[in-house]
Amino acid sequence: MFGALIIVFREVIEAGLIIGIVLAATRGISGRGHWVAAGVLLGTLGAGIVALFAEAIANAFEGSGQELLNASVLGAAVVMLMWHTVWMARHGREMAAEMAAVGAAVSAGKRPMTALVVVVGLAVLREGSEVVLFLYGIFAGGASGSSLFIGGVLGLAVGAAFTALTYYGLVSIPPRHIFTATTVLIALLAAGMAAQAVQYLDAAGVIHVLSHQLWDSSPWLPQDGIIGHVLHTLIGYTDRPTELQLIAYLATLTAMAALAWLAAPTRARRVPA
Amino acid sequence: MRGFAVAILLAAVGMPSAQALAQEFNLVIRNHKFEPQELRVPAGKRVSIYVANEDVTPEEFESATLKVEKIIPGKSKGLVRIGPLAPGRYEFIGEFHADTAKGVIIAE
Repeated sequence: MFGALIIVFREVIEAGLIIGIVLAATRGISGRGHWVAAGVLLGTLGAGIVALFAEAIANAFEGSGQELLNASVLGAAVVMLMWHTVWMARHGREMAAEMAAVGAAVSAGKRPMTALVVVVGLAVLREGSEVVLFLYGIFAGGASGSSLFIGGVLGLAVGAAFTALTYYGLVSIPPRHIFTATTVLIALLAAGMAAQAVQYLDAAGVIHVLSHQLWDSSPWLPQDGIIGHVLHTLIGYTDRPTELQLIAYLATLTAMAALAWLAAPTRARRVPA
Repeated sequence: MRGFAVAILLAAVGMPSAQALAQEFNLVIRNHKFEPQELRVPAGKRVSIYVANEDVTPEEFESATLKVEKIIPGKSKGLVRIGPLAPGRYEFIGEFHADTAKGVIIAE
């Protein structure tokens, strides 16, 4: 039972962190709960579909379907996070002022909530399909299934608690800093996803350049441990990165910073009134 | 004309590196165990491993050292591409049955 709990928890950590960050980034926006719930629901539905067609997906593209799907899902999430960052850079300041002035919710329609719903949905889809397959395997395996299944459900519950912890941790940051904090977190999240995506492309046999390992920090901070795994999701920590992974990571961070800088209207407005 | 040149270039550069150079190996998952549990592959080359899952339950072929995570549904086959590897031992597990499904790839 404990083994099942750990496996499911490990799979849901990633989606849990992302949901926590998105909830914190959208604090004060009316109807955000519905948006995020829609993302989780769509992601769960998608996870079921991916699990159902796992065999067909695995066999597609000369056996690289699963890797290509993962790379595409990660790539799409990176694009959505970029879109959100650009929008926030353009409107975040006004919105913060508005929130402070009105002291109430800002209408959701103004914000690219769809981008964040897609990010949540994709995260749930990617991790969820593994959980679905794992739990299905327990059922198909028959014997002693119920205790494993309880372990799986408990793993989900611990994952949900972890999401709540992330959220309350982030919202305890003073409101003045929360925009900056979530923007930086989202940039690091996207950079980590890009680094993961290029590794999937390598595993798919699509690219094999710069695939040398740069360092091995697994003896000190193994990526498959809980702390390593959380850092992996949060800031894209990898214990054995390849050259291409590091390049993708730095390029995404640079692109995020450049986009935010270019989109920010503050440079013109900084002139003292 | 240009299309033709591109096709030649792709045939010359892309295809051999993707397929012809990859050596193929086979692994079987039976009763949540890998057979063979030890697989010797050439170092410094790209290697394709066909993992046939004969169990009805899905399995996840996972190795931190090989940087592979691949789900292989029950009663089906999955392709794992690895390498080029430095000489050494690379452990892998079936994550869904980690207590029994263990194996090692030796690159030499």
